[in-house]
Amino acid sequence: MIATNRERPRVLLYEGAHSKPIDPSLRRRLVPTLLDRGYTVTRITENAKLGNLGHTELVVLGAFEQQPDFDSDTSVLKIHTRDIQSDTFESLLEYIEGIAAGVSEARPHWKPWFPVIDYDRCTNCMQCLSFCLFDVYGVNQDKQITVQNQTNCKTDCPACSRVCPEVAILFPKYKAGPINGDEINQDDLRREAMKVDISSLLGGDIYSMLKDRSMKAKSRFSKERDDDRALKERKRCLDKLQNDIDGLDIPAEVLSSLPSLDQIQAKAQQAKQRAEQALAEQALAEQSPKPAT
Amino acid sequence: MSEKRPILYCRCAYAKVLPEEVKDQVLARLIDSDQPFESVSDLCEMSARKDPGLVPLSQQPGLRIVACYPRAVKWLFSAAGAPLDSNEMKTGQIEILNMRIESADAVCSKLGITSSDLNSTQASDPSDTQASGAKP
Ligand code: SF4
Ligand code: SF4
Repeated sequence: MIATNRERPRVLLYEGAHSKPIDPSLRRRLVPTLLDRGYTVTRITENAKLGNLGHTELVVLGAFEQQPDFDSDTSVLKIHTRDIQSDTFESLLEYIEGIAAGVSEARPHWKPWFPVIDYDRCTNCMQCLSFCLFDVYGVNQDKQITVQNQTNCKTDCPACSRVCPEVAILFPKYKAGPINGDEINQDDLRREAMKVDISSLLGGDIYSMLKDRSMKAKSRFSKERDDDRALKERKRCLDKLQNDIDGLDIPAEVLSSLPSLDQIQAKAQQAKQRAEQALAEQALAEQSPKPAT
Repeated sequence: MSEKRPILYCRCAYAKVLPEEVKDQVLARLIDSDQPFESVSDLCEMSARKDPGLVPLSQQPGLRIVACYPRAVKWLFSAAGAPLDSNEMKTGQIEILNMRIESADAVCSKLGITSSDLNSTQASDPSDTQASGAKP
């Protein structure tokens, strides 16, 4: 597990006044290692100002000729200054990790999967809110669609971005464009428009279909003794299902964790009501006279 | 000089969406240059937990962000309550360089890291990790 970066001290490579440059081979090894472990790493070479990024501890590394002198608004920080001239990569890493161990609090594991809305494209139609069974979407005070419960999002499931008629939902870590943030071309728009018949989605039909296929996949799975064959069969069912629903790309975990059909229908109904209410409030707000500015 | 515009490098540590050789090479060349920089473990993760540290990062004039698709980066900052200035993005004052599709050479050349910028004090033996200040 990678610790998240604000629970880690920020590491400053100081190469400004009254210091010698840090050995390049050490920098080259240290920086990627620290980043991969969740640290924020800053390098200052001259009279640069060090902005406060909210860290509580700062580790300043340098080959100092005098105490480092940098302009900083980081008065709330605890600063650990280390002259590294007799350190090795290993001793430095141990030193930094030692400081981190004293300040880190345990955080739940973070999964790099959540939707991001492109408001340049979003028309606030609420179809994503209607569609998502896991309450990921909500409406903010300005009656605008927003990602409210991103941790509810099912890892690797980009289904809501397929539903969005404006291709306005991104998953930055998705494998392919335009969902990953790549530019949208006319073909993408045509394809997205063809994929979605939102009226059937609102009726929950797609969920019943998914559930039905998922149950069949599960029952075949349970009869199988041979794990490999069972997995292959399940994959075959899922592949077929994916083709049937025009490649919504919904992962197996999501299908197998779907609730009962009744629960799904109740959820779809609730989501639909929330979307309708948001749309009605939006229309009302548009009708009401604007206060004079 | 434009080469001294602030640089923010994203390591994308939580997922393998950036080609490893591109993100490694860009970082290595940034480290070997004489440019100051800010580097973070994963901008997506910072956005997901609305890290307030994104606000000062987003407000740096002339910022160049080395990460992935500009549309993704723009809305990740926005989702964290740290929107990047749209006008500055349009005029190229804020620039987002995409390590998902561009080569390390292309990214580094846009960052103004040419071979002459490489720190002249590089150690001759890269396996030597003694942390002394580089010799003049
Ligand atoms: S479906 Fe797309 S356009 Fe509609 S509200 Fe959701 S993000 Fe916006
Ligand atoms: S912003 Fe892009 S490069 Fe950075 S972590 Fe997210 S997906 Fe990776």
